[in-house]
Amino acid sequence: MATDDLRPARMVQAMRLGDDSLILGQRLSAWCGHAPTLEIDLALANIALDLVGQATLLLGYAGELEGAGRNADRLAFHRDVRDFRNCLLVEQPNGDFARTIARQFLFSAWQLPLFQALARSPDPRMAEIAAKAVKEVGYHVEFAGDWVVRLGDGTEDSRRRMAEGLAWCWRTTGELFAADGMQRTLATAGEAPDPAPIRAAWDARVDAVLSDAGLDRPAGTDAVRGGRDGLHGEHLGHLLAEMQVLPRTHPDATW
Amino acid sequence: MTADALAVAGAVPDPEIPAVTLADLGIVRGLRPRADGGTDVALTPTYTGCPATLAIELMVRRALDDAGLRAVGIRTELSPPWTTDWITAEGHAKLHAYGIAPPGKAETATCPHCGSTDTAEVSRFGSTPCKALWQCRACAEPFDRFKCH
Repeated sequence: MATDDLRPARMVQAMRLGDDSLILGQRLSAWCGHAPTLEIDLALANIALDLVGQATLLLGYAGELEGAGRNADRLAFHRDVRDFRNCLLVEQPNGDFARTIARQFLFSAWQLPLFQALARSPDPRMAEIAAKAVKEVGYHVEFAGDWVVRLGDGTEDSRRRMAEGLAWCWRTTGELFAADGMQRTLATAGEAPDPAPIRAAWDARVDAVLSDAGLDRPAGTDAVRGGRDGLHGEHLGHLLAEMQVLPRTHPDATW
Repeated sequence: MTADALAVAGAVPDPEIPAVTLADLGIVRGLRPRADGGTDVALTPTYTGCPATLAIELMVRRALDDAGLRAVGIRTELSPPWTTDWITAEGHAKLHAYGIAPPGKAETATCPHCGSTDTAEVSRFGSTPCKALWQCRACAEPFDRFKCH
């Protein structure tokens, strides 16, 4: 398939991944100044920074592919909730520290094998963005995994909270591995990884960490989805209201 | 003139760690010809979300302008991704002297205050995206260590 025919699918992929990073980066930023300890505060702020950096590159690329003159800022600050394509997992509210860690671990354990695969994509821009980001995602998954173990293998209270956090986030994890038309188009061209090996890598890491933490795999459904089609929970609108208010109130302002 | 551009950009101090220059950190990747016959200085970001990236670009722009090199442009290159292996030997020495343990493959860092290797990581994430927080068991002082990347 010619590169021009792949353009719409490439654009959707860059936008989905960019929205994932943007929304999770915004969520984590809310911990700044509120985390349980100074070290955790620094860690969450650093991870947020990495994610917003990823979003800048991915949404910038999506805007170029779209060719309608929208840059990363335009896409981040001037779209409505139905136009966002992030997975439901990243928009889940922070909850307590355990739920934030559960969300981070389940997300980063998916993003790592995905970006490793995308770093070998024949789409050179996507490949270089993924190759750049993947080094940092390795830190994220280790940090979050360590905390799943510490909380799961900790006190009765921390263990209960960690299990509850995982159960809460678990409902939306199936969406990470769902394939649709866009993904099949790119997969056929070798530009998007087949979800099956990504799922296998994710399962292996999740099982290893849960085993170290002495926690069971959540038993409930993982089938809640809709984010990739713009069907979000009520929480995303509140997040966007806060994130977008300034540029929307002063659309012509410049720094 | 173009060789000057490389030297001018490379001599700009890092905005977060002014003890080292952009050349020491390996951020200035070289000169690239433009389609219009002009020349760009190629810069690469350290971490994807490093807030200093924009500051670095502005400082390089100003340095080029001050050197009379207004025609020289700036471009960002992501590939190949920056690695701490690109920090020069001089950069390592300057970081150590400044109180930051340079990146290394060793399990323990050398304390930049007392030189002991009896040190431990306190937090993987430190005061900037590129540094981890360490502590020396010998002199008890905390210090930053450049993360291997």
